[in-house]
Amino acid sequence: MPPLLRFENVTKRFGSFTAVDAVTIEIEKGEVFSLLGPSGCGKTTLLRMCAGFETPDAGRILLEGRDITGLPPDERPVNTVFQSYALFPHLSIRDNIAFGLRIAKRPKNEIRNQVDRMLDLVDLTPHADKKPAQVSGGQKQRVAIARALVNKPRVLLLDEPLAALDLKLRQRLLVELDAIHDEVGITFIYVTHDQGEAMSISDRIAVMHCGKVEQIGRPAEIYEAPRTSFVAAFIGDTNFLDATVGMPLEGEFSRACVDGLGEIVIDRDKPVHPGDLVHLSLRPEKILVSREQPSAGPLDNAVQGIVEDVIYFGARTRYWVRCGEWRLCAEIQHRKFLLDEQPPVWGDKVWIRWHANDGYLLEQYHSEDETLLTLPDED
Amino acid sequence: MHRSKIPFLTTLLVLAFFYLPIALLVLNSFNSSRYGTGWQGFSLQWYARLMEREDLLAALRNSLLVAAAASIGSMVLGTAAAFALHLYRSRLQDRHHLLITVPLVLPDVLMGMSLLTLFVALGKSLDLLTVGIAHVTFCISYVALVVQARLQDFDSNIVEAARDLGASRLQAFLRVTLPLLAPGILAGGLLAFTLSIDDYVVTFFVKGPGADTLPTLVYSMIKKSRELPVINALSTFILALTFVVVALAQRLTRPAAR
Repeated sequence: MPPLLRFENVTKRFGSFTAVDAVTIEIEKGEVFSLLGPSGCGKTTLLRMCAGFETPDAGRILLEGRDITGLPPDERPVNTVFQSYALFPHLSIRDNIAFGLRIAKRPKNEIRNQVDRMLDLVDLTPHADKKPAQVSGGQKQRVAIARALVNKPRVLLLDEPLAALDLKLRQRLLVELDAIHDEVGITFIYVTHDQGEAMSISDRIAVMHCGKVEQIGRPAEIYEAPRTSFVAAFIGDTNFLDATVGMPLEGEFSRACVDGLGEIVIDRDKPVHPGDLVHLSLRPEKILVSREQPSAGPLDNAVQGIVEDVIYFGARTRYWVRCGEWRLCAEIQHRKFLLDEQPPVWGDKVWIRWHANDGYLLEQYHSEDETLLTLPDED
Repeated sequence: MHRSKIPFLTTLLVLAFFYLPIALLVLNSFNSSRYGTGWQGFSLQWYARLMEREDLLAALRNSLLVAAAASIGSMVLGTAAAFALHLYRSRLQDRHHLLITVPLVLPDVLMGMSLLTLFVALGKSLDLLTVGIAHVTFCISYVALVVQARLQDFDSNIVEAARDLGASRLQAFLRVTLPLLAPGILAGGLLAFTLSIDDYVVTFFVKGPGADTLPTLVYSMIKKSRELPVINALSTFILALTFVVVALAQRLTRPAAR
């Protein structure tokens, strides 16, 4: 069976700028699929090509096996939720939602029933006769979703739908959006630059950077097994370590040497050979920080260092620990029941420890991606 | 806190400055005195005389005709110009924009003279049509600028949303763009109407013999007529008409404005 939607080597240029560069993505029926990346990565352009507002310079877009690349927006069975909502200010909420059905010349009573059902779904029945300017941002957002969904599109395109809302409302609407998706079962393509949003709502995510897809996968895959240094640094936070592969150990582990840090054990999850230079991504929350030397097993790495910076987040505390020539970031959950344990502070000598499994070998490494990492000011 | 009386006094003075001459004119139209030097009793005789003056009524008809044509013509052309300026950016459009703004500051004498030269060169006889064309020419700029201002804070995503929901280009224009721009276009049209109805200079250059509009006829009457108060009566009538039109226009534009 072909995928519901397929972007096939799609390229789009604006003048000399390549916004989307030979992108191939397949989206399955019923999925919430996110296009995630920083601004200018081409995610919105890709969405606009799917809606029909832009035409690709090369490649094809197939919907249920049918080539829709050249179709105008009004002939595509997809609907869009715009970042600015783009509600019709001269029409009531009800008429906004009914717009698509009226254009399609559906019978009057069908329109009424469908619109009532949508108003109910997005919980806006009491506001049906208000104008868009008279309702709140969150309500406008729900009108935009209802206006698109009422047409029963094959795919719903959402362009940063929550970006204009404040944090608490964003979190609530995200849950609502998820509930709506479960109820209508329509395929969602969700464009966002917010990794938290993408992680929590998506079945799969395509991480985009400079017009290219860096990695496609389930949220946990993207987070735990980033393919490139960009994905590792853009999604969450991480430490990068350069290591030279040494002698293989039992199983799929190897010794490796990190200049200025010492000998460590790595998980050889990719085919590497002694002498190869590899790049490791090590998530801050995988690193343990303690005052006493930890009891380290053969596959644990333990290094001594000095705390250089501490940031308290409430739920967690982040430490930057100087180990030799490296400064590693570690994040610790608080354990209130260990009352007698004093947390390490600035200048303390500490041990950090991580298991060989916790480091992940990157396929591609670009040193400029280090600028995406959160770092305290250098003294 | 003690509130200053100065804003209130200023308002009174400004209103007096604006409306005292007009009030005097209205008052004099009901004055039986021929020269308006003193109040000689209430009279409707000048209104009666007005109804008998075929030339004044013909000029009024001409003026209304030209103003209507000028506002409709400039609404269509001015809106088209505003769209062109808004949607396409190029070196040529910068010139276009300049051309649109220049008539706002161009002296009327120059405009009238150049139009006259053009009509003569084309061998076009001067009549109401030439007056209408001339008025459209200077009204376009006003409509274009008003509509362009409206387009500037127009979310282009709204038109895309209409297309996304299945509307063709034409449907999107008729159901979304036009209703949203209507107040702007109408405001431009009204401006054109008022500019056209009281234009003297340009009209003077391009009107044909016997094709007088109200301003040109009134001006020639002042010099020779013994019936000046008839003009007062006419002005009062136009004033009343203007108020009705403005009130209507405000009513029309209110629901569309947020």
